[in-house]
Amino acid sequence: MNLLTVLGRILDNYEECAAMVLFAIGFFMLILHRNLIKKIIGMNIMDTAMYLFLASIGYIEGRAAPVLEDGAADPALYINPIPTGLVLTGIVVSVSFTAIMLALSVRLYRRYRTLNLDDIYTIIREERK
Amino acid sequence: MSFVLNFPAVSIVLSLAASVASVAARRWAKQISCLVVVLGMAMSAAVLAYTASAGAAFTYVMGQAPAPWGNELRIGILEPLFALLFGLVLLLCILSGETTLSEKADPKKRYLFFVLCDLIQASLFALCYTNDLFTSYVFIEICTIASSGILMIRDNGPTATAATRYMIFSLVGSSLFLLGVIMLYGVTGHLLMEPLRKAVASVWAAGTYRLPLRVIIVLLVVGLGIKSGLFPFHFWMADTYGTSLPGAAGILSGIVSKGYIFLLLKLVHRVIGPDVFYASGAQNVLFLFGVLGMIVGSISAIHTSDVRHMIAYSSAAQIGYIYMGVGISPALGTVAALFHVLTHALTKPALFLSASRLADVSGGSNDFHALQGSAHRNRVAGIVFSVGSMSMVGIPAFMGFISKIQFALAGAQAGAKMLPTFIALAVSTVLNVLYFMRTVIRIYTPAPEQGEHVVRARQQLVFDGTALCFIGLNVAIGLFSQPVIELLGRGLALLG
Repeated sequence: MNLLTVLGRILDNYEECAAMVLFAIGFFMLILHRNLIKKIIGMNIMDTAMYLFLASIGYIEGRAAPVLEDGAADPALYINPIPTGLVLTGIVVSVSFTAIMLALSVRLYRRYRTLNLDDIYTIIREERK
Repeated sequence: MSFVLNFPAVSIVLSLAASVASVAARRWAKQISCLVVVLGMAMSAAVLAYTASAGAAFTYVMGQAPAPWGNELRIGILEPLFALLFGLVLLLCILSGETTLSEKADPKKRYLFFVLCDLIQASLFALCYTNDLFTSYVFIEICTIASSGILMIRDNGPTATAATRYMIFSLVGSSLFLLGVIMLYGVTGHLLMEPLRKAVASVWAAGTYRLPLRVIIVLLVVGLGIKSGLFPFHFWMADTYGTSLPGAAGILSGIVSKGYIFLLLKLVHRVIGPDVFYASGAQNVLFLFGVLGMIVGSISAIHTSDVRHMIAYSSAAQIGYIYMGVGISPALGTVAALFHVLTHALTKPALFLSASRLADVSGGSNDFHALQGSAHRNRVAGIVFSVGSMSMVGIPAFMGFISKIQFALAGAQAGAKMLPTFIALAVSTVLNVLYFMRTVIRIYTPAPEQGEHVVRARQQLVFDGTALCFIGLNVAIGLFSQPVIELLGRGLALLG
C-alpha cells in the first residue's frame, strides 16, 4: 500500500479520522492532565469524538434524519437510526459522568482548596505522616 | 414452567425499581435492599434449576422487535449461576458491612448505600443476562457510577480522591470498550451477540478485516481489563479498596470486578468466538499480563504494611490468576478461571470485612504491627481472616486449593504454556504464603501491652452469622468441588 492510497483512504474517511484525533486528544487529557476540570473537559471531548464516530457510521448521504415525515415509511428515505439512538444513549451516560466528576471535584476542592491531583496526593501523604 | 423464563428480566427491573423505592422510603432502604437481593437470588436459583435440568439456553426477547434488531436476554447455566453468586455476596456484604456504615457514614446519607447496592445488583444481573453489546455498555456505566457512589459514602478526603481515581480509570476503560463496540458495529452491522458471532466468523474467514478485528479485540479486552484491575492497570485498587468502607471494598473487589470479567468471557465465547479469539493471539497477551499481575500484585502486597492495602494488592494478583486461566485455553483454562472467580468472590469480601473488625479492636489502625494479638480480641474475625488467608494461599480443603489444582491441570495440557504456568503458580503461592501467613501469625501473636477484650454486640452477632456463611461456603465448595466444576463446564459449553 503506497502513500497515495493511504492518503486517499484518510480523505475518504475524514470524519472517522477527525473522530480518532479528537478521541486521542480527549483520552490523553483525561489521563495526563493534573487539573480535575481539564480532565473532565478531556472526558467530554473523548465522548463527543465517539458520537461523531458513531454518527458518521450511520450517516448515508442524501437521506433524512430517521424521523417519520408525512407518513413516508420507506426505509430507503432515511439514514440508519440505530447509531443515532446509540448517540442519544451515550449523551445521557456522559452527562451523568460529568455530573459525578464535577461533584467529586467540588468535594475535593472544599477539602483541599486545590484542583490539582498531584497537590492533593501530596497533602494526603503529609496528613498520613 | 414457562413463567420461569420471565425471572431474569423481572429480577433486573425489580432491582431498578427497588433503588427508586429506597429513595422514596429512606427508612426502609436496608430492608428493601435485602428483600430484593433475596428475591433476585431466589429467581436466579429457579432459572438455574430450569436451564441446568433442560441442558439448554433460552432467549428472552425484550420489546417488540425480533433479532437481529431488537434487544434480548440470553440465559444458559453460567448466567443465573453468577447472578446467584453476585446476589449472595452482595447480601452478605450489606448485612456485615452495615455496622461500619452506621459508624462512619453521615446518618442522613446512609440510605444511599442501599440505593447504590440495588443499582449495582441491577447492573450486575443485566451484565450477566444481556445478549446485546450496547446494553452491556450502558449497564457497565451504571455499575461504575454506582460503584464510585458507594466509595463516596464515606465522606473524607482520601476516599474522595480514591473515588476520583477510580472514576478516571473506569472512564478510560469504558471509553475503550465503547470504541471497540462501535468499531465492531461498523465492521459487522450488528449489536446482538449471536448475529455478531456469525458476522465476525465470516469476516475473519474472508481475511479482509483482520487488522480492524484485532484492534477491536484489543480495545474490548483492554477496556474490561482496566475496569477489572488487570496488571498493569491495578494501581487504583490499593487506594480504592484501602480507604473505602469494608462493605464497599468487599462489593467492589468481590463482585463488581467479576461482573466485568464475566462479560469479557461472554465476549470471548459468544461475540468473538473462541476460534477467532484464540487465533488472534490475544490469549497470549492475557496470559502474559495475568502472570505478571500474579507476581507484581503479590510483591506489592509484601511491601505494604497496611493490611487493607495488602488485601487489595492480593486482589490484583488473584485477578491475574483469572486472566492467566483465560489465556491458557478456552475449555479447561477458562473453567479454572471461572472457578477462581467463585473462589475470589467468596473469599475476598470475607477478608476485607474481618480485617476491618480486627482493626476495630486495634485502635482503628490497619497497620500490620498494630494488629498484633487482634485475633484474640475478636476471635471470630481472627478465624475468618485465617480461613480466607488459607483459601487464598491454596491450603487443601478450601476453595483456593481447588482453583490452583484446576489451573495446574489446565496448564499441563497447554503445551508451551505448561512450564510458565507451573512456575507462575509456584512463585505466586510462595509469595502468597509470605504475606498472608505472616499476617495470620501476627494477629495470633499475643500482644503484652494490650489487655484482652472482646467486642460483644448485636452487630457482632450479625458479623458472626455472615462470617459463618462465608467460611461454610468456602469449605463446602472446597470439599465438594466436583459438581461445581462440572456445572461450570456445562455452562461454558452453553455460553457460546
